[in-house]
Amino acid sequence: MMKKNALQGLFCVLLIVCFRVPVCYGVTYINISNPLLKKSPIAVPDFKAFSNSAEEVKDGKTAVQILNEALNFTGYLKTMDPVAFLANPAQSGIQLSEINFRDWTGIGAELLITGGVLVESPGNVKFELRLFDTFNSKLLVGKVYTGPESQIRRMIHMFCSEISFVLTGKYGVFNTEIVFVSTVDGNKEIFTCDFDGQNIKQITSHKSISLSPSWSSDGKWLAYVSYAKGKPDLYIKNLKENRGAIVNLKGMNISPDWMPGQLKLAAALSFSGDQEIYLLTINGEVIKRLTDSLGIDVSPKFSPDGQKIAFTSKRAGTPQIYIQDIGSGSVKRLTFEGLNNTSPAWCPDGKKIAYVGIEKNRINIFVMSIDSGVPVQLTADSGDNEDPVWSPDGSMLAFTSTREGDIPRIFVMNASGTDQRRLLSMNGKQTQPDWSISDSTREGM
Amino acid sequence: MKNKLWLNVLMAVLVSGLFLTVSCAKKAVVSDAGTVSSGAATTEDPNAKAKIEAERLAAEKAAKERAAKIAAARKAFENEDVHFDFDSSELTAAAKALLKDKAAWLTENASAAVTIEGHCDERGTTEYNLALGDRRATSVKAYLVDLGVAASRMNTISYGEEKPVDTGKTELAWAMNRRAHFAVK
Repeated sequence: MMKKNALQGLFCVLLIVCFRVPVCYGVTYINISNPLLKKSPIAVPDFKAFSNSAEEVKDGKTAVQILNEALNFTGYLKTMDPVAFLANPAQSGIQLSEINFRDWTGIGAELLITGGVLVESPGNVKFELRLFDTFNSKLLVGKVYTGPESQIRRMIHMFCSEISFVLTGKYGVFNTEIVFVSTVDGNKEIFTCDFDGQNIKQITSHKSISLSPSWSSDGKWLAYVSYAKGKPDLYIKNLKENRGAIVNLKGMNISPDWMPGQLKLAAALSFSGDQEIYLLTINGEVIKRLTDSLGIDVSPKFSPDGQKIAFTSKRAGTPQIYIQDIGSGSVKRLTFEGLNNTSPAWCPDGKKIAYVGIEKNRINIFVMSIDSGVPVQLTADSGDNEDPVWSPDGSMLAFTSTREGDIPRIFVMNASGTDQRRLLSMNGKQTQPDWSISDSTREGM
Repeated sequence: MKNKLWLNVLMAVLVSGLFLTVSCAKKAVVSDAGTVSSGAATTEDPNAKAKIEAERLAAEKAAKERAAKIAAARKAFENEDVHFDFDSSELTAAAKALLKDKAAWLTENASAAVTIEGHCDERGTTEYNLALGDRRATSVKAYLVDLGVAASRMNTISYGEEKPVDTGKTELAWAMNRRAHFAVK
């Protein structure tokens, strides 16, 4: 099942599980939701070039670099400086029996990756990749990937998903994409990029104001808001086929969010004269009205099980975060501290909600456990910070910050607020990220 | 004594002649120069002609002033924004006073249809501000409907924080951006 999903959408890349790996159910090496997480040192020495060709050496270097960048992106692994390495598996061998693990434990490496490269035919490359637990002298995962050189990044990220799964129980972010808003010639358009900010693609060219993109959980649909027809309307768009729908009722049609696992969405509409949240079909027809209170109700976000929504409401006089059970309609107020709490984002573990709080004109991101109701501030003294969204494995948050030059850019941080860094380097202003759910991630959860 | 009287008469004739000359010269400047040189002009009563001309000028000036006033009223209607308090869509006393002027203009210009745009300052999230801008625009529209303006002549659009008039990060800039703006269609 796992293998089948990993194969999906892989073009001509072939994946073979070729090593017997002791299955260790129930063992989680790394708990990614631990706020006191210490990064595990991981060694990634040069790959072995099986036939010693220049092309193999070059592909090996490319792969090692991609691997280093991806592992460091996780926030729970830290690749080591090769200067410290005492052994060279590229010469001495990359298999379990050929490795002296003391060479690696001695320099503090808790994990080791070895790789071999074979160019089978010009332009076609085979990677043999292994992850070892150095202190237990144990092979954790071994895979072989074959494909064209243009797919090296893809193959290495697939191996990273396997590493993530064996270490954390989740496939991680390597197979995910981020959709966001960026200005082009002053107009806001919708873009996508890979999890690490690479591979940027422009999706819309409305030459208007486009906002609030939301990714369906099958990754095939986007919903977003655009003023292309003069007012804020809701666009539901299939990414591959030229079909979709527009919700252009009187007033505003904004803040879409897809129901997990289903092609239905919630959005805030004001055709009744009041801003309320509705459940819609994929064709944009109203299934039912979810909220019923005078005043603003906006920004619905489904719980991971699709049973509840978190949203922003001004029903008590100031904007606060509420949770509503869709079936029963019962509502609970979540935030009580501060006079302005908006933009909820439900953690994939179902237990936490990230949101935006404004105090004394400072806009920051907070996270709150639903049970405890205690807010924890994740950003501070670094510009305005908005639009939090969780990575599908719950290990990270993407958000918008004006900390660099007062221009909004997309940043990422670990779930505990550490390692805040800029995701994208591109012109214009970037805002409102939404993180896709990948097939393999869903499988792992 | 007789001499002095004679002198006075002569002076009177000369002075009045001077006046006539002046009025003719003035007329030549402001009206058609051809009428001065043609013989017909001398047969008309110069005073009546001047009076008609003056009336025409006055009417022209009044029309211009009226047009300017209408243009200024429309400009004021479009340029004077209704302002709001932070995170509020309630109309302040100043907002209501201004909206009475807007209603008066809409009554005078019964054929005009308008778009009421709701705007916010940059504080608050994009989506919340879209909803707040929507409320600002609709509360302005509702007040104007109360003042007798037909709802069918007004539509509303929220721009949230997307179109600030002042991109500064000061209280004044934020106050300027929290507004309802009128656009005549």
